Amino acid sequence: MLRDIYNAMMEFVRAFGAFQLFFLRLLANSPSIFFKRFSLVVKQVYNTGTLSLVIIMVCGFFVGAVLGLQGYANLARFNAEDSVGTFAAFALVKELGPVITALLFAGRAGTALASEIGLMKATNQLSAMEMMGVDPLRRILVPRFLGGVIAMPFLAAIFSAIGLFGAHLVGVGLLGIDVGAFWQLMQQSLEIGDIQEGIVKSFVFGVIASSLAVWEGYSAIPTAEGVGRATTRSVVITAIVVLIFDFMITAVAL
Amino acid sequence: MRQTRAVEFGTGLFVLMGMAALFFLTTQATGGDGFSSNDVFEVQARFENVGSLKPRAPVAMAGVTIGRVTDIVFDPVELNAVVSFVIDSQYDQIPDDSSAAILTSGLLGSQYIGMEAGGSEIYLEEGSEIFLPQSAIILENLIGKFLMKSSSDSK
Repeated sequence: MLRDIYNAMMEFVRAFGAFQLFFLRLLANSPSIFFKRFSLVVKQVYNTGTLSLVIIMVCGFFVGAVLGLQGYANLARFNAEDSVGTFAAFALVKELGPVITALLFAGRAGTALASEIGLMKATNQLSAMEMMGVDPLRRILVPRFLGGVIAMPFLAAIFSAIGLFGAHLVGVGLLGIDVGAFWQLMQQSLEIGDIQEGIVKSFVFGVIASSLAVWEGYSAIPTAEGVGRATTRSVVITAIVVLIFDFMITAVAL
Repeated sequence: MRQTRAVEFGTGLFVLMGMAALFFLTTQATGGDGFSSNDVFEVQARFENVGSLKPRAPVAMAGVTIGRVTDIVFDPVELNAVVSFVIDSQYDQIPDDSSAAILTSGLLGSQYIGMEAGGSEIYLEEGSEIFLPQSAIILENLIGKFLMKSSSDSK
């Protein structure tokens, strides 16, 4: 029993260290791939970004709409229902935009990356590349990592903007808040710094989500079961790490 | 070839949408306040208490934004707050005995400087100081005074 716990802890530390080394290799190879093989990156921006657009936009709209409803229900107690726009904008731009986008990203794009790479490993495609003298890290992993990092901030921005539109539709259209008050109060309280915080967060989450997804696929046990477990793990670990980092970035930014 | 073109088009569309969203957030959702002039002059006012006034807060006269707060510092000699703000140069005929008050837009809104015109023939210019400042109304102080008053009445 104790022996199992000890082994599990040692294994955790080992996997953590292995991930750090892998992450450094990803970073070290990123600039050259970005500048020399940009078409590979573009393909991955399409896979992770463009193909995630629908889920991001639909979810963003409804999250914004719910914020409008909840904000109205609670702010109306203080006769401050005009501040629904401010409330929704702060919640979306600083927290929900980056965080929910990262979680959706892990579910939509992260799983695709992990299972794709895991399957390549299980079918010996990665080994075959090494035999041909092509480094699979540079050819397969780095473009996918970079594609995710580039797509995330854009996805988060689209999420927030569509969310504001949803909040506007519910607040102004459904609940009858004055359209001028809705936008003007928002513009007065939201500052450029808040949007920068959101961009920084979504960038960090993009690095976390794509590096973890790529890593889980790359380190998967090359069997059908192993690839399935790697896919699940990539979502679970990404969700945990993203929320921990969200807390830390918010604590630093305040 | 067709496949590649579709991918490139999709990627371009996605990035353009992302940029449009960022542009929307930075310009429409944040404080434009309708004031972005570069041609300005700076004026100062001393307040006993600035409340929660912040740099970049608007300066309004008759409800119209004419300037922006640039700096708030504490004066250790006179023990009050020196608020510097800039006013658009096109408003160069504001009497120099105009008063400035720190007001709140709405009950829970942000604070701004509201100016009321005086009657002087001399106009505000670069480096002028406003002589009739009114400090921010601190809600807690008002409540405190009200409670003191009501408790002394009941004795």
